[in-house]
Amino acid sequence: MNIKHSKLEAINLDAYYGDFHALKSINIAMEEKAVTAFIGPSGCGKSTFLRTFNRMNDYIDGFRIEGQILLDGRDIYTDDVRVDELRKEVGMVFQKPNPFPKTIYENVVYGLRIQGIKDKKILQETCEKSLQQAALWNEVKDKLDKSALALSGGQQQRLCIARALAIQPSVILMDEPASALDPISTAKIEDLIYELKKDYTIVIVTHNMQQAGRVSDHTAFFYMGELVEYAKTKTMFTSPKDTRTQNYITGRFG
Amino acid sequence: MTNSEKNRRKDKAFQVFGIFCTFIGLVVLAIFLIDIVIEGIGRIDWDFLTSLPSRRAARAGILTAWAGTIWILVLSALIAFPLGIAAGVYLEEYAKKTKLSNFLEINIANLAGVPSIIYGLLGLELFVRIMNLGGILLAGALTLSLLILPIIIVTTREAIKAVPRTIRDGSFALGASKWQTVWYQVLPASFGGILTGVILALSRAVGEAAPLIVIGALAYVPFVPSSPMDEFTVLPIQIFNWTSRPQAAFLTNAAAAIIILLLITFLLNGIAVYLRHRQQKKIKW
Ligand SMILES: Nc1ncnc2c1ncn2[C@@H]1O[C@H](COP(=O)(O)OP(=O)(O)O)[C@@H](O)[C@H]1O
Ligand SMILES: [Mg+2]
Repeated sequence: MNIKHSKLEAINLDAYYGDFHALKSINIAMEEKAVTAFIGPSGCGKSTFLRTFNRMNDYIDGFRIEGQILLDGRDIYTDDVRVDELRKEVGMVFQKPNPFPKTIYENVVYGLRIQGIKDKKILQETCEKSLQQAALWNEVKDKLDKSALALSGGQQQRLCIARALAIQPSVILMDEPASALDPISTAKIEDLIYELKKDYTIVIVTHNMQQAGRVSDHTAFFYMGELVEYAKTKTMFTSPKDTRTQNYITGRFG
Repeated sequence: MTNSEKNRRKDKAFQVFGIFCTFIGLVVLAIFLIDIVIEGIGRIDWDFLTSLPSRRAARAGILTAWAGTIWILVLSALIAFPLGIAAGVYLEEYAKKTKLSNFLEINIANLAGVPSIIYGLLGLELFVRIMNLGGILLAGALTLSLLILPIIIVTTREAIKAVPRTIRDGSFALGASKWQTVWYQVLPASFGGILTGVILALSRAVGEAAPLIVIGALAYVPFVPSSPMDEFTVLPIQIFNWTSRPQAAFLTNAAAAIIILLLITFLLNGIAVYLRHRQQKKIKW
């Protein structure tokens, strides 16, 4: 498949949890300012792979990788890379909305605060802008000082997206961001993804085939730790090459 | 009789037995409380609270005793609070799961069960003799800090453990360091729980006489301590002293002082319950 500008890349990537070989020599390049979807049966390694891009697996005892992950052509696992700098560039949204037990405002500006930014004007402007980008501003602008835990699940997830946007990353990783939400909230998140890809490179894990079809430009199908097939989403859904892909997207296993 | 019928009877029998056991505890406590209140309540007045100790029962007050108790409480809290939290945070968030940290963990849990008089002996050796402090407030507070430290460490760890992994992940994913995550997320979210533990630990410390007697706290202190370097007494010592006198009037004094001590304990427990309740209302994961 033709990639115009590759934002993220994995080269001969192997990942292990102790002795367990979770990802097997994966090679993939992902298009800048596009949505790439990871699909595959649960346990095939989608989350593990996604988390290698912001090094969230670093905290897991016994986890290690071989091979390379490149962001803008630069290896992010070399010793001179600072993980906090990397994560300013590569944001993440989790499966279950995980707002901090703080106010809506404090949730959004948290990433700035830990960078030492204290200027009230900057914080407030960033807060408004990020909430607007996350299509949440109108719903919460009158209660920024209320607890984020009082929001609905869908609002919480959009808050988590706003929180990620506030530190101006160029990549956003989303691990099944709508799987815990109702259909209406899910639709809102999908619309949002569509908007965001104008400015951001988005990688989304989903087990929902229709969702992958609706939101993504490219789709990668994983099976038991292997990248089986990677193609334009339309191509993959209309004419999958591998029989395993075929079986999966027609719902024969999963 | 069928099997299920038998089981049901056993169930019923155990229920009755359980209620009975619960009541024994409550009834004994109630009898004790009523007895103390009847004996002592008439003795409590402004003079009793604000008078210095005296050899004559009718003139003796508990000013130095309760002032000493408050001093000890505050000092112990100031010492044990940061130490306990730091140790709890270290063990829960930083320590690698090695043999050493395992060993530490087990022993901290064990320490919580060591009799308080042993802490008194430790305090006597460490603070009074080696550090040469003498039987002053600071030595007493340090000793009681040792006593409550294990409790604080254990409750801190419990409170920290209750903060979900997802909150930490969210913080890390935004570029926060471990320290920032602990400071801005984990500690605020668990603070109510930690505080509850600290206060419950203090309410244990407030009733201790033995370790303080061991380090040389006096029963008769004719002045209110004005610094941590002063000699002191506390309510439990005063009570112990009065109950060992033969005259009935001193027993009345003791009962009155027990009421005050109980009030302080209930107050502390009340604050703890309130804090926990507020925390639960504020944060629902
Ligand atoms: N922390 C871990 N320790 C050990 N094995 C893990 C861990 N996390 C995931 N795995 C294993 O790695 C494989 C891939 O997991 P994951 O990436 O979560 O799959 P997916 O997101 O596709 O469902 C699974 O077999 C899973 O059991
Ligand atoms: Mg997953």
